[in-house]
Amino acid sequence: MSEPTNAIDAITTPIPSPGEQHFPKFEVTPKLVKEAQELVDQYPEGKEQSAVLPIIHLVQERFGYVCPEAMPWIAEMCKSTPIHVAGIVTFYPGIHRSCPGKYHFRVCRGIACALSDGEALVPYICEKIGVDPAALTDEEPMGVSPDGLFSVEAVECLANCGFGPNMLVNDTLYSQVTPKIVDKVIADLKKQK
Amino acid sequence: MSDDIKYLPGHEPHPRETRRIFRNIYRVGYDTSIKCFIKDGGYETLKKALTMEPAEVIAEVKKSGLRGRGGAGFPTGVKWTFIPRGNTKPVYLVCNCDESEPGTFKDRYIVHQDPHQLIEGMIIACYAVQAHFAVIYMREEFPEAANIMKKALAEAEKKGFLGKDILGSGFDLKIILHRGAGAYICGEETGLINSIEGLRPYPRIKPPFFPAAIGLYGCPTIVNNVESLCQVRQVLMRGGEAYAAEGAQRSPGTRIIGVSGDVKRPGVYEIISGSLTYGEMLNEVCGGPRRGRTFKAIIPGGASAKVMRCDEVLKGRNPDGSVRKMSIFDVPMDLDSIAQHGSMSGSGGVIVMDDSRSMPKVLNNLNRFFAWESCGQCSPCREGNPWMLKLSTRICEGKGSPEDVDLLKSVADNICGRTVCAFGEACSWPTQAFTTKFREEFLALTKPINALKPHSAEAAEARKFLTRDDEA
Amino acid sequence: MSTQPAILPKDAAAAEGKVNVQINGKWYRFPKGMRIADACNSVGVHVPCFCYHPKLSVAGSCRMCLVEQGMPPRLAPGATPTYNEDGYQSISWMPRAVIACANTVAENMGIRTDGKLCAEARRGVLEFLLSNHPLDCPICDQAGECKLQEYTADYGSGTHRFTEAKTKKGKNISIGPRVNLDQERCVLCRRCVRFMKEIVGEEVLGVVGRGTHNAIACYPGKALDSNYSMNVVDICPVGAMTSKDFRFKMRVWFLKSTPTIDVTNGTGTNINLWTREQQVYRITPRQNDEVNSCWMPDDARLAYKYINAPERLLTPLVRTDAGAPQRPSTWDAAIGLVVEQLHKCAPSELAMIASARMTNEELYMVRALAKQLGITKLDIVPRSCEPDNMLKSADANPNSVGAKLVLGKSGSGLATIRRGVRNGSIRFLIALGEDLTAPEAGFTKDDLAGLDYLLCVSHSANDTTRAADVVLPGVTFAEKYGTMINVTGRIQRLNKAIEPLGEARADWGIYRSISEALGCDCVTVIACPSPMMVLEQMAEEFEPMKGLSWGSIGNEGKAIIDTGVSIPLIEREQAKK
Repeated sequence: MSEPTNAIDAITTPIPSPGEQHFPKFEVTPKLVKEAQELVDQYPEGKEQSAVLPIIHLVQERFGYVCPEAMPWIAEMCKSTPIHVAGIVTFYPGIHRSCPGKYHFRVCRGIACALSDGEALVPYICEKIGVDPAALTDEEPMGVSPDGLFSVEAVECLANCGFGPNMLVNDTLYSQVTPKIVDKVIADLKKQK
Repeated sequence: MSDDIKYLPGHEPHPRETRRIFRNIYRVGYDTSIKCFIKDGGYETLKKALTMEPAEVIAEVKKSGLRGRGGAGFPTGVKWTFIPRGNTKPVYLVCNCDESEPGTFKDRYIVHQDPHQLIEGMIIACYAVQAHFAVIYMREEFPEAANIMKKALAEAEKKGFLGKDILGSGFDLKIILHRGAGAYICGEETGLINSIEGLRPYPRIKPPFFPAAIGLYGCPTIVNNVESLCQVRQVLMRGGEAYAAEGAQRSPGTRIIGVSGDVKRPGVYEIISGSLTYGEMLNEVCGGPRRGRTFKAIIPGGASAKVMRCDEVLKGRNPDGSVRKMSIFDVPMDLDSIAQHGSMSGSGGVIVMDDSRSMPKVLNNLNRFFAWESCGQCSPCREGNPWMLKLSTRICEGKGSPEDVDLLKSVADNICGRTVCAFGEACSWPTQAFTTKFREEFLALTKPINALKPHSAEAAEARKFLTRDDEA
Repeated sequence: MSTQPAILPKDAAAAEGKVNVQINGKWYRFPKGMRIADACNSVGVHVPCFCYHPKLSVAGSCRMCLVEQGMPPRLAPGATPTYNEDGYQSISWMPRAVIACANTVAENMGIRTDGKLCAEARRGVLEFLLSNHPLDCPICDQAGECKLQEYTADYGSGTHRFTEAKTKKGKNISIGPRVNLDQERCVLCRRCVRFMKEIVGEEVLGVVGRGTHNAIACYPGKALDSNYSMNVVDICPVGAMTSKDFRFKMRVWFLKSTPTIDVTNGTGTNINLWTREQQVYRITPRQNDEVNSCWMPDDARLAYKYINAPERLLTPLVRTDAGAPQRPSTWDAAIGLVVEQLHKCAPSELAMIASARMTNEELYMVRALAKQLGITKLDIVPRSCEPDNMLKSADANPNSVGAKLVLGKSGSGLATIRRGVRNGSIRFLIALGEDLTAPEAGFTKDDLAGLDYLLCVSHSANDTTRAADVVLPGVTFAEKYGTMINVTGRIQRLNKAIEPLGEARADWGIYRSISEALGCDCVTVIACPSPMMVLEQMAEEFEPMKGLSWGSIGNEGKAIIDTGVSIPLIEREQAKK
């Protein structure tokens, strides 16, 4: 939890997030190894490295995010190196390096959604879930609510441009989102909890 | 046959539409199961294709004149023949379902509502190029579609359409689903291949890395868009000649157009290529501008296409060779017509802006997109995009000078044509077009440089030189 | 056309497996498959590159090497090409510049680097690279040999238009025991990443982040600690990778580089020795595709500190009375004393230990001295190390092959001499260029204390020199000319980078002086004015050296003996071709 002393140490410095309470802690279990191996086996022989992204998805699905301890394990599973995995993890915005909330709001900021007032949604959600919108930057695009239940992130085009603004909450897409819809979604999810 | 097809209320096709690929989208009683698909005549085309020689399938697709629907519009059949002759390496086929060009949202419907259509098209394409391993590269932002597709692949395998010895033809095929993780650059075919290989999705240099010769794992690889592969099925279903006879001569078949932005009825529409003009599409099919507004600008082919002013006077050529004046509304919606007027039809995503919009703001949104999505491999794109974003942001905030507008254009010029991949063009075209065609809007936001506060330490430093005379 | 030549240039070129290429208006012939960048550089047309390195895979990402390219016009079906009076087709130029590093030459291709298109592309790329660059040349070690600096001076615009806030990245990060990284100076050419992956085979470096936040990094805890890590400093075109050893020591434009060879291993890695006045500052590898390609191991690179160390012997030392301390002397007095003492030694009780770290010329003079003294007990100290399957061979002596050729010795007699010293049959010992107390030699201090007489020639003080009756100060490899033969049988030159320190003298000259003083009358020995002449003498005497001269060896050396030994890294490189 200490401040990284330099840009290299930052790669493996954990970024604490209240979202962690809603996800299990990363742990290599025989089940996880088996599932990862199945992903590796999908690809032609000798091309284990292809599985790096699928295994990252597996880890993220299970544990919410790709924690520093997971990277060497992923590298080992797909016969790659930790720095290579770190290169992949830090490249894709769809891969989290800190834990999102239990319900992760991804709000489209693409041109079409922006034309339908999508840009106002992120600040609105921030306010609803108790996140400071000013804290969202290019380097740290995600904000997590203090109770770890919700998180919000502006993302690029969700490819539903005709019906903006669009918002993806975990796996569910909401179109033509208004503040009212946001209110309802949050209220419903709180009830589900 | 389509007489008995009913669509969900609010999703009925417009009379000017011709639904082929979108036949089952929002269809009443239709779901993603293989049962539903087979009942509707699914996998019959595959059976037919498997009775043909692979070369015959390619010939049929070539004859159809089918052109890729991913944006570049390259003839699909010709692409397939680029696999080197006498090739002994395995051939791979990759379906590009990384739909992430802002304004494009056609593939989403296919993979969410009619996955087997794509699978059938893929099997036919794989058979034609003799690929035994294929990958559907699906963007991460389609989590539901990933599950639907996985289920559909399992169903198809169970029914014997995938796996060993498909339908007794002796042809083997394995299709896997590979999910991206939110990177626009993975839509570039070589970036996509690197992503599948588990590398950072940097596009590869061409030459030598033309996918058809050196692609996935160094083997010949065909990369086709989702819609293109569905169109392959249509070609085989209808026959190459019949397909070629329909629509624009140089880009036959149907096209799916996604309209977004300031129109009354945005959405996706499947039309016969070139059968409508932009005006007919926007005014008739999409219901025209919102109440009290007029159209101001159109981006005709996804975010990277050059913007067109609606009051721009274009020069059209009459059949007799004489020149006539026209506007964007008179341009037919095929793949090539709009290209003659300096833009492109791309992937069919039309973004419309009405007179309430500030064009610098729109450009700033696009610049943010491109700055965010630049992979950072090559210098001009990596350094140029953030620069363009910073400039356009500053102009929008009223902190720019008139010189900054010219600088913005000049930065775009320096990126264009000097990058590894086509992203360099994609990111510089909007800036080039916006700053040229809506220059007055940009200038209106600027102030003379001496009236501005320095916006950074570097600018403060530069100011010393600018104001020296005034102070003296 | 009737005026075209009888034999078209394209056919003439094809006959030799070549193609004709027009570069800036002039026609040249290049082998098929040559990269445009290499072709241009080979005829003196400079193509600037950051990411391209001939020994690494092509990245094509810096876009610095953009050139204007043209090909003959595409023919209409059925048409035949037309040729002008010189026999070439006309060239239609492409509107877009292409990268010279990834594209290869083709028949009748045109390349222009002096046009507007090329100039604008270069200016644009440099402007982009500089936009987020810290511009800290005044405190950057790379200044003076920085590609970004050079190209900006040659092709840049001279002014800057970027006035926004710069992207911040990591600075001065230790990424290994010998290398520091500055991510802001980096142009992301990925040469270092490719080197570690392709040449060393350890993927410890990678790129993290994306877009403008891209940065070179290693994984925390997996440092860049390979014995080849410092090569990334050499290939880094800018000051992103800097050597901890050389950091802030000296501005490179004050340094003189001398081409010579490494003497820590039998491979004989070609190096440049960087000096200012009498001080050595660094060693960098020098390209030789038969020996070390463009690389060298770190331990060899850092093996220069002893040259200017306080242990260096700067005057002759003599001990006139047993048990008294050594005291400085003059050369004349010291050599007079040596001659007087050696005359007293019975040849049967006298042994000589020479070194395979000597040059051939020194060995030749050692042989003459041994002959003059009638010594039969003579050998060298063998030295071995763990080979690394790259550049380091198992032989840690730089000139074992030479020692074998000139002295006929390879260290097998050393044990006999050691036994002789211990059983008292050897009472007088001459140690030339070796510390006998080093583990390879195997003598103890007591062994040396028991001797009646010990004469020593060495460049630095050690336990052997401290036990000696007379110590004559020799020089290190930096201070001498000479030749050595590496493990593959290649003879290579050492060049003098600095003058001998203090009163030290070149070793070959010391042996010659002693021989002469002992009464040697062989003119080929006593009249020899320089190591180059010794070499010519040897060329007459030794069959493998036949016809050699200092000039004919050149800076790249010459293979003269087939030892059957090869260098793994070179073997791999040649197999790749």
